[in-house]
Amino acid sequence: MANELVVELPDNDKVLDAQTVKQDFPIFKEVGQDPFVYLDSAASAQRPSKVLEAMDSYYHTTHANVHRGVYRVAEQATNLYEEARSHLGRFLGAPKPELEIVFTKNATEAFNLFAHGYGRKILGPNDVVLLTKMEHHANIVPWMILREQIGFEIRFIDIDAEGQLVLDNIEQQLKGVKILGVTMASNVLGTLNPIKQLTEYAHQEGAIVIADGAQYSPHLPTNLQVLGVDAYCITGHKMLGPTGIGALWARTSILEEMYPFLGGGEMIRNVTTEGFTTNDIPHKFEAGTPPIAEAVGLSAALTYLEEIGLENIRAHELSLTSYAMEQLHERLGSEIKIFGPENPSARSGVISFELKDVHPHDVSQILDQEGVCVRAGHHCAKPLMTSLNVPATARASFYLYNTESDVDSLVSALVKTVEFFR
Amino acid sequence: MSGLEDLYREIILDHYKNPRNHGTLPTPPAVMEQGYNPLCGDEVRVYLLIEDEELKDIRIEGQGCSISRSSASLMTTAVKGKPLSEVRRAVKTFKKMMALEEDSDLYGEEIIPFEPINERTVGELIALQGVVKFPVRIKCATLPWNTLVQALESAVQS
Ligand SMILES: Cc1ncc(COP(=O)(O)O)c(C=O)c1O
Repeated sequence: MANELVVELPDNDKVLDAQTVKQDFPIFKEVGQDPFVYLDSAASAQRPSKVLEAMDSYYHTTHANVHRGVYRVAEQATNLYEEARSHLGRFLGAPKPELEIVFTKNATEAFNLFAHGYGRKILGPNDVVLLTKMEHHANIVPWMILREQIGFEIRFIDIDAEGQLVLDNIEQQLKGVKILGVTMASNVLGTLNPIKQLTEYAHQEGAIVIADGAQYSPHLPTNLQVLGVDAYCITGHKMLGPTGIGALWARTSILEEMYPFLGGGEMIRNVTTEGFTTNDIPHKFEAGTPPIAEAVGLSAALTYLEEIGLENIRAHELSLTSYAMEQLHERLGSEIKIFGPENPSARSGVISFELKDVHPHDVSQILDQEGVCVRAGHHCAKPLMTSLNVPATARASFYLYNTESDVDSLVSALVKTVEFFR
Repeated sequence: MSGLEDLYREIILDHYKNPRNHGTLPTPPAVMEQGYNPLCGDEVRVYLLIEDEELKDIRIEGQGCSISRSSASLMTTAVKGKPLSEVRRAVKTFKKMMALEEDSDLYGEEIIPFEPINERTVGELIALQGVVKFPVRIKCATLPWNTLVQALESAVQS
């Protein structure tokens, strides 16, 4: 299946200058570690000053609870919060930005909300949920919890040796499927999946599609209307925003149908001793005081990303990933095994690898000594680790502030690691 | 690479590359317990053959980083052939070395006084002392020992 999610890339001279971008991120000056080669943005990105300032200014000048007070400050806070919602909606290309974004704590909560709000509504014991072997636990475990209550079947789309989904018999695999859950970009392999085409197939079979944008929307332009999916999750801290905020987007018709998930204030229209009625969407799903300052911070992060341009970010990461893969192969040869697609344009800026006879934990320990931060572990994707037949991998991931010199530090540190354990 | 020598001592790298008592034992008569570190996916299987309150034989297999594997290998050499009371004592001493246990026992169990930890009292295990400075790696080092404790418990029960 050809992946049509190709992004028009800008000319070379328009691509961002990572060294300049880095200046916008205070941690690179203030972390108190030199060198600080941060290659773990797939786990969590860093924040530019603009995000920190926006949150700071909100707390200094505007804070009050939202949707409650009639006084001016409360109204301003509510406006900022609601503007952040529509901003995210527009950023993702949602048809109704102000109605269809539900703020959550993170992507994980968004998946739980969708599984328990919508899955519980439409799934019965004879139904099938189709996932992929490269899903993050966030898009696996909520379905398993729900399965314990309802008893449907969960199937997994396989991956091939290059870390691509095996889609040859996709029509067959989709038979009887009610919900397809699939990641836009693998957090381990970097694989960019052909979501648009998959969604077309899924819709032909009458299935609803939820896509995991946690590793995609921070790095490539997202247009939900082009993708055609029915629901979508993101998490703020991977896209330069603060921790503590994420979102579920879903079509109005789906949100209308969904059961409420968390109960409490804000999500209700009325409560009596007999029962309750729910608020309108999206508020129906936002119980309790929401992450207001975090929404303000996320909106500032989106502005920052928009100003630089997602096409430029993609072009930069693509060139960095190509350079890194080339250098890793050249300087480490048969000592290194890189997982996922060989062709950098088929992947995001994520490189998982294994050094011969050196455990990923030891790799990251030695890299840390060199000031290089990479992730070692199963990356919350145990079924994927099983199908790759490894207990864990080491993973380097890039973002807009990473430079070729960061890649050089990584490669040199890996060469040292190999020598150390020889 | 300064700072790392404390963690990756010669002995540790040697036990990592040439693990002692590697393998399995037939169960029964041996008992087997499996240990797992959800953080990094490391796993270890500990086989114990116990006769007359003595640890006649011990084997270990699994996958893990240099710290967990060398700790497993060093552990087998420290406890193999020892009376169970000494095995338990070795576990306590090791945990103390990992700064996980205090001398006095707050839970009203029998109090076993610890010997000071040095090369004479703990032998080659002293090589693992440097792990304490790397808190995230303490879990790696203790995985085989915790699994040993589980296996001792299931041997007592069976
Ligand atoms: C692909 C993918 N989905 C979901 C998540 C979950 O994000 P969060 O931990 O912020 O909920 C992650 C983060 O690790 C991820 O990489």
